[in-house]
Amino acid sequence: MLAEQYPDEIKAIFAKYPVKRSAVMPLLYLAQREEGYIQKESMQEIASMLELDVTEVAAVVGFYTMYHDEKAGKYRMQVCTDLPCALRGADKFMESLCENLGIKVGETTPDGLVTLEEVKCLGGCDRAPLFQIQDGDKVAFHENMTVDKTMELVEALKKAQD
Amino acid sequence: MAKLINLKINGKPVSVPEGTLIVNAAKMVNIDIPVFCYHPKMEPVGMCRQCLVEIGRPMIDRASGQPVLDENGQPKLQFGPKLETSCTTPVSEGMFVITDSEKAQGGQKEILELLLTSHPLDCPVCDKGGECPLQNLTMAYGPKDSRFIFDEKQKADKHVPLGDLIFLDRERCIQCARCIRFQDDIAGEPVLGFYQRGRRTDIVTYSEPGFDSVFSGNTTDICPVGALTTADFRFGARPWELKQAASVCSQCPVGCNVTFDVRREAKAGGGYVVKRAMPRQNEQVNEIWMCDKGRFAGYQYTEAESRLLLDAGALESTLSLAAAKLAEAKSDAVFLAGGRLSNEDFYNLKQFADNLGAKAYLYTQHGGGEFTTAYGLSAGSNLGDLGTGDTVLVVASDLYNEAPLWHLRLKAAAQRGATLIVANARATKLDEYSSFVIRYSYGDEIETVKGLLGKEKIGEAIKNANNLVIFYGADGLGLAGTSALASACAELVTERAGKPNNGLIGVWSTPNQQGALEMGFAPSANLAAELKDKTVYILAADPAGDDPALAEALKSAKTVIVQDILETETTKLAEACPEGRGIVLPAAAYTEREGTYTSGERRVQRFYPAVPARPGTKADFALVAEIAKKCGFELEGRSPLLVMNQIAASQAAFSGVSYAKLAEVTAQWPIIGRSDLFYGGTGYENRQGLGVTLETRPGTVDGLRSAVNALRPKEDELFAVPITKLYDNGTTIVPAKLLAAHIDRFNGIVLNPATALKFGLENGSQATVSLNGVLYPAKVLLDESISTGVVLIPRSFAIPIKEPVAVKLAALVKAQEA
Amino acid sequence: MTHILLRHRDIPDLKNIEVYKKNGGFESLKRAVTAMQPKQIVEEVKASGLRGRGGAGFPTGVKWSFLPDNIWPHYVVCNADESEPGTFKDREIMESNPYQFLEGVAVSCFAVGATEGYIYLRGEYYHIALYLDACIAEMEKRGYLGDKLFGTQTSIRLKTHLGAGAYICGEETALLESLEGKRGQPRLRPPFPAVYGLYGKPTVVNNVETLANLPYIIEHGAAGYRQFGTEKSPGTKIFSLSGNVERPGNYELPLGATFRELIFTHGGGIPNERKIRAIMPAGASSSIIRVDDESFDKVMDTPMDYENVQSVGSLLGSASVIIIDDSHAMDWVINKTIDFFKHESCGKCTPCRDGNYWMLHLTKRIHSGQASENDIKVLDSVAAQMYGKCLCALGDFSTMAVRSAIERFPEDFKVRQA
Ligand SMILES: Cc1cc2nc3c(=O)[nH]c(=O)nc-3n(C[C@H](O)[C@H](O)[C@H](O)COP(=O)(O)O)c2cc1C
Ligand code: SF4
Ligand code: FES
Repeated sequence: MLAEQYPDEIKAIFAKYPVKRSAVMPLLYLAQREEGYIQKESMQEIASMLELDVTEVAAVVGFYTMYHDEKAGKYRMQVCTDLPCALRGADKFMESLCENLGIKVGETTPDGLVTLEEVKCLGGCDRAPLFQIQDGDKVAFHENMTVDKTMELVEALKKAQD
Repeated sequence: MAKLINLKINGKPVSVPEGTLIVNAAKMVNIDIPVFCYHPKMEPVGMCRQCLVEIGRPMIDRASGQPVLDENGQPKLQFGPKLETSCTTPVSEGMFVITDSEKAQGGQKEILELLLTSHPLDCPVCDKGGECPLQNLTMAYGPKDSRFIFDEKQKADKHVPLGDLIFLDRERCIQCARCIRFQDDIAGEPVLGFYQRGRRTDIVTYSEPGFDSVFSGNTTDICPVGALTTADFRFGARPWELKQAASVCSQCPVGCNVTFDVRREAKAGGGYVVKRAMPRQNEQVNEIWMCDKGRFAGYQYTEAESRLLLDAGALESTLSLAAAKLAEAKSDAVFLAGGRLSNEDFYNLKQFADNLGAKAYLYTQHGGGEFTTAYGLSAGSNLGDLGTGDTVLVVASDLYNEAPLWHLRLKAAAQRGATLIVANARATKLDEYSSFVIRYSYGDEIETVKGLLGKEKIGEAIKNANNLVIFYGADGLGLAGTSALASACAELVTERAGKPNNGLIGVWSTPNQQGALEMGFAPSANLAAELKDKTVYILAADPAGDDPALAEALKSAKTVIVQDILETETTKLAEACPEGRGIVLPAAAYTEREGTYTSGERRVQRFYPAVPARPGTKADFALVAEIAKKCGFELEGRSPLLVMNQIAASQAAFSGVSYAKLAEVTAQWPIIGRSDLFYGGTGYENRQGLGVTLETRPGTVDGLRSAVNALRPKEDELFAVPITKLYDNGTTIVPAKLLAAHIDRFNGIVLNPATALKFGLENGSQATVSLNGVLYPAKVLLDESISTGVVLIPRSFAIPIKEPVAVKLAALVKAQEA
Repeated sequence: MTHILLRHRDIPDLKNIEVYKKNGGFESLKRAVTAMQPKQIVEEVKASGLRGRGGAGFPTGVKWSFLPDNIWPHYVVCNADESEPGTFKDREIMESNPYQFLEGVAVSCFAVGATEGYIYLRGEYYHIALYLDACIAEMEKRGYLGDKLFGTQTSIRLKTHLGAGAYICGEETALLESLEGKRGQPRLRPPFPAVYGLYGKPTVVNNVETLANLPYIIEHGAAGYRQFGTEKSPGTKIFSLSGNVERPGNYELPLGATFRELIFTHGGGIPNERKIRAIMPAGASSSIIRVDDESFDKVMDTPMDYENVQSVGSLLGSASVIIIDDSHAMDWVINKTIDFFKHESCGKCTPCRDGNYWMLHLTKRIHSGQASENDIKVLDSVAAQMYGKCLCALGDFSTMAVRSAIERFPEDFKVRQA
């Protein structure tokens, strides 16, 4: 139950808006914090907190690409391959990442650590190649990347995990 | 009246009220602009972009603020570079709209071509085929061939059950959001939504249990493609094979106008069967909607296997036998008729009873009818007119369950600004829309109503209302309670009697209780005693099934004559009587005959035969006339039209009513049906009559009733009260197989969670209720809004409850544990 | 030149509130709140000629003056959704010069009588939201935000709100829907946000860069601001330069600076001795400017402002200048842009939803060399038939690159028969 897990944060979120419903997005991020995806029970809980129907909450989850309704790797590595990045070699970068990680886009490494995803422009076009790592409700940018630097990062994430 | 705006559409001059959208203005002069997302009952959203037109507006000179004139002295028009959506643009003075130019039609064609790229074009297997807005529009505007490569179409799921009543074909959905918006804005149950986005946008429900809304069927009518279909009609028939019959729903006192679609079927031995029920427009009653109970249980029971049938010879001899018994009994006969009979049936029955000197009772637990005939709504009323300045009071009724369309209409009235006051001992769905919610304890209904004027704001809202309409129901009340409640409510409207949009409405449990009341029927306060040793003639009622005491009484009756359409406990009891003392007469169902019902709003409406009567059955009024004739009393038995003429001649309230009058129609807005379909959906236009509201007859009630003494349960008892659920185990509902799960869900007694806890019970656990010394097992359901001392017992389930009683409750102990 | 917006490039550690203060920080807010009338500020901003930096270039002061006086409360919503491919300017302002930005938001709140301001950031700017929250807390601590500002009755509160991955939420009405807790789909307009905005109340929606200009305008007055830029496009603009250039990045230049100055003087020209083939001055939403030997000088000497970019067949938009060198073909470029728009189409209206889906199939086929002559014609006509019919501008944006590429780079759309 989110209400028991994050009472203070929920209070702070509610204080932000004059209309309850606005809290749905921050609450969904909370719901995604632990498992990296949003379970139906959380949607239900959020719905009842906001006096909405659960379908109204689900409709929000479904619309935005940074909310996930299915489990994936602990870290979602989201590489931008949009035009400006592609002009600076993002497609090649992605290709060799796939080779190095041994997975295709959309797949998760066998240890369940990293899911490789392709995303649209992240707002870091001058520092391509770049990706962000989505970890629950947190996001971190990794810019001016090389395949080597990326593999080092993956190693570090793995270590931190153990 | 709003200001009129003058404009031209395709050169045609049009004057329409300020604020009218172009698409509607065009419709008013018979110019069809293609639409998908727009629906005249909902706010425009401008999503589908199908309704593009060219719009020219008079050029205004900046300096003078005057229109610029051309060489002919006509205002110069300025056309924008883009086409505009006519569904979102209100008319303005001097506007010039072109819907049929190459540019406008080009735009419409282009949108349609885009739309078709996402459509599976599976018309041959589509239920909507033949009545599909998309099909029609494609015929009229569509490209001749597709430039889109069919193989590149996005595949999506078909046959997705959104609930147990509605299926979705994701491929066919064109994302117009009509269904979502209907559920949000009109039904107030936002259980449908979009998931994902862009081309992957899907209709979903995450709600439990699925798409569960009392109004869900309406989404299939307004869906402009075959994406939403009802579970009963899917793959059932092609629309063009169907014949239409106008009817009135028989499930509740609202009297929704419906159309039954009928065809001959091999399965039925080549006979006619009803394939589906759909709303028929009556803006004063149901607009273009109907509830799921009406749609999925409205006619289904008339086709149940347990229909009573006799061959013609046997019918004749049975009628003779019944006549002989009644002739012998004379004033020792007691008639008992249920509110499912038509006005004509009731009239004949009453004439017959009077002739015999017999007593004739209306079979109901809902009293106070004398007040609704005297102070009910009168001619010229329309709940759709209520808004700011008007007040509606709902007492002891759960309209959502008892009369769903009234719930919808009052919700809308409240949203238009009417003051809605809901007084009940528990929460009901209407609370959300009301200005005042009054929560009383069961037993305090009458006191509560009497105290209303003394409350500052509520009293004002009632006293100062331009119009005041009061609905009273039987939530938690029996016959005595409702009678007293009606009296208390009537006091608030007596002065307004006869004024349109004012009056008292009884939320009856049958479609024509009001008609019976108008015809002079009334319930008996002590029925069991009345029946003892008598010759009882029961029509359209199942007293033995409802109440063990009545069953006992019937067993000791001299003769039991039962006339019904279906087998019931009462017909079984009659069958079981010793030779000659039990007689069963098979009646034709209302789908098989003509007649009229009087709705709770006192609107008399005609229903027409949809299918031929089953052999060996006859309409009730005709059966009554035949029996009467055999007793030497001539009654009109040839046609209900002739009976209605007699009614009109003899019953003051019906004066001026005739079948011809009832069949009259006046133009209704919005225009739906017709050939285009895309505008209003597949609901039916009303060509068979809007009905007539009876005049009120104030002053016919003598004296108002006083409250009954509230029952005070003992320490170890609970206060048990009857309530009504939309779907129950009644004879007219159980045959609707699709509703089985719904019925089951509500089948249980309702407790406050704290009460349940006290007895060691939780949601869904089994308990026993001890009522009058009999133990009844029941499932426990919870409701936080009721008080701890009470248990709610739904009518027409397993526990025979008529009125508030004291009961004992215990957790059900399994045999082996005991 | 010195910077108005990217002042942190001139003043080290400007994101430290003390440093910011020492360099005149919060003086504009103080002056506005204590010494000016809201109307006066609106007039000053009108006079400055400041135009919205979110893309459309609408005069900011004029927009503010549309808010009705008889409906309250008013809201300010800052559009920090920045999702146009090739745009990364708002990010730098917020990351490196946050207090000037927040001061600007506060000034706009005061100017329109709003006590609440929301900053809607794209979900990917998670770190910025956290950072701004901390900055807001600093300002509250020092009395630059909160109640009774500078001892007056004025109170202003700012709050951040994170989106969750949807380009369409940059469209102002979709943004408001999103902020209200709904799917970020555009609303019908009219009514415009100035009349019916957040929670149905009058609302100003302005871009980050737009608002970050305000402290300067208050401090130096309209005339001071107008010393930069052109008559119709006053002030400076941050150009986000990306693609095939030596030094991609943000460059704050006066409006009216030329492409040559941006690309060659600041951007260092094209790497690998390649030539410029095309420029997209407004991100993926641009009509593509063709650069070849013939047009090179004309394009390079074109002043980049709201008027002149049109003379080379495009628009300034958000000034996200994407440079494409001659190693790239336009069939590939538009396949990329349509992939973006198809992904970001909200799905609310038919032409954008189904048109982008269709266009993506066509551009894929064309790019893979499988296309017929007819496919190219169909692509052009699908784009044409979408244009002008969509509910919001995203649909129109998606057709820009396609139509201009087919028209201006016919050699890239020859059928390559195997
Ligand atoms: C599809 C679409 C995306 C947009 N994205 C942004 C954006 O990311 N940031 C932004 O400031 N404005 C964006 N806009 C423009 C906004 O709708 C709006 O015009 C702007 O925020 C107004 O601020 P301004 O007047 O300060 O420019 C976008 C518009 C459209 C149609
Ligand atoms: S053009 Fe239409 S589908 Fe596209 S983003 Fe705008 S509203 Fe949504
Ligand atoms: S946009 Fe007008 S009908 Fe859909």
